[in-house]
Amino acid sequence: MKVSVIEGILSANDEIAMQNKQVLDAHGICAINIMAAPGGGKTSLILRTIDALRHLLRIAVIEGDVASTVDADQVATKAIPVVQINTGGACHLEAPMLRRALEQLPLEGLDLLLIENVGNLICPVEFKLGEDLNVMIASVPEGDDKPYKYPSIFVAVDAVVINKIDLLPYVHFDIAAFRKLVLGMNPGVKIFEVSCETGLGIESWAEWIVQQRERKQK
Amino acid sequence: MHELSITQSVLNIVIDHAQRACARRVIAINLVIGELTGFVDDSIQFYFDMLSPGTIAAGATLHIRRILARLRCRACGEEFMLKGSNWLCPKCLTSGGEILAGREFLIESIEVE
Repeated sequence: MKVSVIEGILSANDEIAMQNKQVLDAHGICAINIMAAPGGGKTSLILRTIDALRHLLRIAVIEGDVASTVDADQVATKAIPVVQINTGGACHLEAPMLRRALEQLPLEGLDLLLIENVGNLICPVEFKLGEDLNVMIASVPEGDDKPYKYPSIFVAVDAVVINKIDLLPYVHFDIAAFRKLVLGMNPGVKIFEVSCETGLGIESWAEWIVQQRERKQK
Repeated sequence: MHELSITQSVLNIVIDHAQRACARRVIAINLVIGELTGFVDDSIQFYFDMLSPGTIAAGATLHIRRILARLRCRACGEEFMLKGSNWLCPKCLTSGGEILAGREFLIESIEVE
């Protein structure tokens, strides 16, 4: 006997993601899921974003990693709420992990939640968490051909942050070609060029976050 | 690695539907997977063989139907298939395009007895 199912395999995760989103919405918190390859600069961007926005917004961070609390320890030096999620081998965060992390945060007193996903360009994008915005970092030493190799993430994100632009004189990365390719795949995407090392470009990235949060408040 | 958790999801959904149909066992599972998802057939099979023993779906055959990526050029409207990593429209050479197919990831049906 054939039984028709037609059920999205990720529907159980999507359901919990929707509940997470409702919790975040109820508290007026804008949540940003930050994805990148290992070493792309996720933690550095989060630290820079905290410095740029902490006078305007009450920020918390959820750090996802396979193991260790190295990143969470760095964020904790900024004296803001941070929760470490160790996935214990899994290569991405899932909605139930975020739900448990949210339970540990003082949601009443927050405006912005930065979520650092596990370093990986493939599967984090398939698993919704309940975020408002998806952002990926493409750092210039990784090369400008990443959109060809990992199209799924480039078509799914709201913004692409090109990081480590201070290294442009030393590595081959054609920013114009990269932009054209990414915009061809995802015309609505916002592209930022930054250096988390020098702080260049962080201001316009931070402004965009403030705008996005204000849009959510309305 | 991410196939482990998604294979567990597949198994949960399959068991749920098989029980609702009052089945004794699941013979086959028909999956649909788009080319643009990051899921690998062999890995899903590997984890299925690991997770399914002892369940109603033990020994079931996995049929995976792959959906190729199809795009529509944003400049000229031409529809074309993605060939490897070539995202150029074959007609006007604009890069990228709207994705019409290739992101599917679902269980279409199961066969039970």
